[in-house]
Amino acid sequence: MPLLRPDPTFYPSPKLAMQAPPEKHAFVTLLNPKFKGRPDALTVVDVDPASSTYSQVVGQLDMPNVGDELHHFGWNACSSCLCPYAPHPHTERRYLVVPGLRSSRLYIIDTKPDIRKPKIVKTIEPQELAARANYSRPHTVHCGPDGIFVNALGTPQGEGPGGIFRMDPETFDVLGQWELDRGPQYFAYDFWWHLGYDTLITSEWGTPKTFENGLVPDVLLNSGYGHNLHIWDLRRRRHRQVLDLGKEHQLVFELRPAHDPTKAYGFVGVVISLKDLSSSIWLWHQSDGSWTIKKVIEIPAEPADPGKLPPLLKGFKAVPPLVTDIDLSLDDRFLYVSCWGTGEFIQYDVSDPFNPKKTGSLHLGGIVRRAAHPKNPKQALNGGPQMVEVSRDGRRVYFTNSLYGVIDEQFYPDGVKGWMVKVDAKPAGGMAFDSNFLLEVDELRPHQVRLEGGDCSTDSFCFP
Amino acid sequence: MSEGDSRIWAALLLLGAYHGINPGMGWLFAVALGLQEKNSASVWRALPPLAVGHGAAIGAVVALAGLAQRVLPLPAVKVAVAAILLAFGLYRLVRHWHPRGSGMQVGFGDLTLWSFLMASGHGAGFMLLPFLFGLSPHQGHGAVQLASSAAPGAVAGFSAVVLHTAGYLLVTGVAAWVVYKKLGVALLRKAWLNLDLLWTVALLGTAVFTLVL
Repeated sequence: MPLLRPDPTFYPSPKLAMQAPPEKHAFVTLLNPKFKGRPDALTVVDVDPASSTYSQVVGQLDMPNVGDELHHFGWNACSSCLCPYAPHPHTERRYLVVPGLRSSRLYIIDTKPDIRKPKIVKTIEPQELAARANYSRPHTVHCGPDGIFVNALGTPQGEGPGGIFRMDPETFDVLGQWELDRGPQYFAYDFWWHLGYDTLITSEWGTPKTFENGLVPDVLLNSGYGHNLHIWDLRRRRHRQVLDLGKEHQLVFELRPAHDPTKAYGFVGVVISLKDLSSSIWLWHQSDGSWTIKKVIEIPAEPADPGKLPPLLKGFKAVPPLVTDIDLSLDDRFLYVSCWGTGEFIQYDVSDPFNPKKTGSLHLGGIVRRAAHPKNPKQALNGGPQMVEVSRDGRRVYFTNSLYGVIDEQFYPDGVKGWMVKVDAKPAGGMAFDSNFLLEVDELRPHQVRLEGGDCSTDSFCFP
Repeated sequence: MSEGDSRIWAALLLLGAYHGINPGMGWLFAVALGLQEKNSASVWRALPPLAVGHGAAIGAVVALAGLAQRVLPLPAVKVAVAAILLAFGLYRLVRHWHPRGSGMQVGFGDLTLWSFLMASGHGAGFMLLPFLFGLSPHQGHGAVQLASSAAPGAVAGFSAVVLHTAGYLLVTGVAAWVVYKKLGVALLRKAWLNLDLLWTVALLGTAVFTLVL
């Protein structure tokens, strides 16, 4: 039934969305790495500090199939429903679109009427995705003004090109490939957009064949993974420009365009440089009608005792930072950076996007460091800061520690033990762990976090 | 002009105003362009193409109805119009619709086309027809003579479109300006009533009205 007023979680601008009430629940995907065991799950975590079950799992939906590897899920509708050229403000933000990166299955999950008891209302099987869009390995979901956009990392055969497909926001039918002209684009990883500039950006990992059994050292050392960003015309669905970061920059991952639609810039994280194992953050921006890109942050590898390193890294005698996720606050002021290798979690003030300033740093887990959480200072943790989610008001930051089943084992051969933590961010910069919030899920591995009502990586806005 | 006709002309003007007040019909687009380009001139610049597109959508339907009733008896035209209104109304109850392929980087042509499609897709033109059917056919100044076998009132049809579009433009312009300058887009969260629901009721209502008239 349509609403009489806009969904209360829709905000015209990021500035207004920052006034949203604090979230009380978080949705977290849990990977079950033992394929023959239990399936993956979508859990509901209580994040209301006033609640007696604070920081605990209060709801869990087990998937009906084993081995999905749930990834970057999103909403059926968000603030982009208020966009003036394609308005549908009386749609409800209600359904989660949850992609299985390994199974190529998508689940449509209803979060109402009881947010703690989400239910699957529709399943899109890999055959349907293949038949309608010739894609597989769905990865990231964004609610666009023109329907739901999902990207996929490859073809049904496990090759390239990966790309984007659209889904009908009411029936959830797969509508087919989004690209009318993909130009030279072949690899896929993440995508997002600048709605004010009708511009879409995509990044690059590799084909499913080169990551589904773990990162392939030969491919990596020969610069065989992606090192480009692609700029697209969102309206005309055409490729416009390649931004090459240089082939030593391997695995160009998470894209965080400025939330303010009048700003034509954004940040992307690069996992590893073959030159020195560093990670880097790059700033893409528009100048004189075309787009350019520039490295604005470099995070060096840390020297390490080879005895403490996994086989993959022993020869390098260093632990790479491995920046696998970044997230930008809604006011475009603070950029959060996960270093999954060194276990560092960094906050930068990016008010001047060309000159980021480091304003905070925390450690948890890490390949060598194994840093403990203040709630249990004697317990070494493994895994490291990974998927990050920032609350709309920018005051609370959540992160989890699992990357991708088989790759977890390559860097943490003892097996990642899952945890989720919360960090309190100070309005003027700086951050600290919430010492009451350490959710441990042991053999299960938490990945993407999304917040009730919206967060900093699922909403898009058409008004500044 | 009879008293009934004056009421109908007033209704056409008000219908234009009603189309104009709907944020989805154009004024919000003008506001967004002003905010995106950080320039109040962008708000004003958006108004002419929005009005042209809206007027063209209305005009196309009015012209089509005029042609239809040259070859068909009025009762048949009325039934057809009622059926179309009913179909629009029912469709809008189950599915949402808006033009595809638009965006924020739009020129005069893009905005005109968008406005044309938005009005057409919402059955805006068909909503006017019952009122036009209601104009008395005896007026010497070329009122729509839909009931007679004489030439259809092209002048009356054109006047109706202009009057309606004037109402649309006035309200679109005022709403855009007030929201851009004074109120801000925060009001959308509370004030954007589901006019689509009301619109559906209006479509269904006019369908019935067409038949009983």
